[in-house]
Amino acid sequence: MPEALSLLCRVSAHPESRCWALAWSPSGALLASCGGDRAVRVWGREGSGWACRAVLADGHQRTVRRVAWSPCGQFLASASFDGTTCVWRRHEHGFEVVATLEGHENEVKSVAWAPSGSLLATCSRDKSVWVWEVDEEEQEFECVSVLSAHSQDVKHVVWHPSQELLASASYDDTVRLYREDEDDWVCCATLEGHTSTVWAVAWERSGQRLVSCSDDRTLRVWQRSEGHGGGSEHSWQCVCTLSGYHGRSIYDVAWCHLDGRGGHGVRRRRRAVFEEVSPVSPGSPVTFGLAAHVPRAHAQDANGVAWHPREPGLLASCGDDGDIAFWQYQRPEGL
Amino acid sequence: MVASGPGAAPLENANPLIYRRSGERPVTAREEDDELPDAIDDREIFDLIRSINDPEHPLTLEELNVVEQMRVKVDDAQSTVSVEFTPTIPHCSMATLIGLSIKVKLLRSLPERFKLDVHITPGTHASEHAVNKQLADKERVAAALENSHLLEVVNQCLSARS
Repeated sequence: MPEALSLLCRVSAHPESRCWALAWSPSGALLASCGGDRAVRVWGREGSGWACRAVLADGHQRTVRRVAWSPCGQFLASASFDGTTCVWRRHEHGFEVVATLEGHENEVKSVAWAPSGSLLATCSRDKSVWVWEVDEEEQEFECVSVLSAHSQDVKHVVWHPSQELLASASYDDTVRLYREDEDDWVCCATLEGHTSTVWAVAWERSGQRLVSCSDDRTLRVWQRSEGHGGGSEHSWQCVCTLSGYHGRSIYDVAWCHLDGRGGHGVRRRRRAVFEEVSPVSPGSPVTFGLAAHVPRAHAQDANGVAWHPREPGLLASCGDDGDIAFWQYQRPEGL
Repeated sequence: MVASGPGAAPLENANPLIYRRSGERPVTAREEDDELPDAIDDREIFDLIRSINDPEHPLTLEELNVVEQMRVKVDDAQSTVSVEFTPTIPHCSMATLIGLSIKVKLLRSLPERFKLDVHITPGTHASEHAVNKQLADKERVAAALENSHLLEVVNQCLSARS
């Protein structure tokens, strides 16, 4: 019987350093990686493997923690411990910096582009989340809101797949959601339950559910409740906690947008894929089953995980060993 | 008492208890045989961290009883190392720096397969949870080590006394 998750290829992406994060371009033709070597690298298919197409090395003075593509695929944003966010424009022959966003007091931990392409969000150890308005033609970025809802280091930001609703994860053990309310941005929900740092969050394709991963070694699935008289507060409930699968901190999580799969990077060199087991009918309990598990997917901690946006089952992961690994997931029989 | 430099802040713990250093590790016949593999044991980890300098006093962490061999746990097969350290006073503001120095020493010395946990001995520090959480956050540790000033202070703790 074939393995549910098989290794396709492995590349040494950030040698002598760690690879922190990955991002697929919207078409899936390119994969961006970033790391402790202060560089962003862009990868493309070559034969049956993956080759480095560009090295973006002159933008940052310190570790690059996260990268994000704009929905049009023409821009790439990188968030760095040097306190800045760089926006790179893609050319025929490479990438050039078109803007450097300054303002955070210290390390920028994450950056995310809204689905419309007109907003960008960044977050930092300075406890704040910034929302930027994007003028793509002029290549101008203006900060429209500084959100200080978290009491600690903000680790990750990610936009709802189709709406201007933003989620952030923090060292203060919570997830917070924000939306625009009469020309200003407000925190509209706080998701409490994790007992340690929340490292990352990922939206389900519909945007009705979120999954978060934490230093408390659990994953939590959150669902938006309907109704409640149309008040401005969103109501979210934790509908499922996945515990006992990971022995160490879980640094990243990704929800496959082609079907219901969630995958995540795990500190203890493991990679696991969960399938939703029971059909979700109104009122039924939500359960996820472990569908695949690779005990030593990376020689050291796994830091990032990303499902390909178009090809079913194609998964990329990266780790402290500096490698990117490409995997093919095959749904096991009986699930 | 060692005099502080002019204008220096007074020491938080001016008269710490000083403990006797342990002897050198006895070398066994098995260890002298190059043909046999040597697992990494508690004493080996302790030997790596005992000579780390205290950031405040001209003494080692062993001499201040901040580290003790009985608070080092190694599982070579599982590739885990756990170290508990005991600040000399419950409000020691150097606790994070001491923990970071222990962590950096072990990161630099051990094979990469090891997972390191550095904690405060339970019940011995006022901000135990906050310090432990910070030391366990590898992202913050990575960012701290890119700060040249902080790195210099850590390197001073790790340098051999002249």
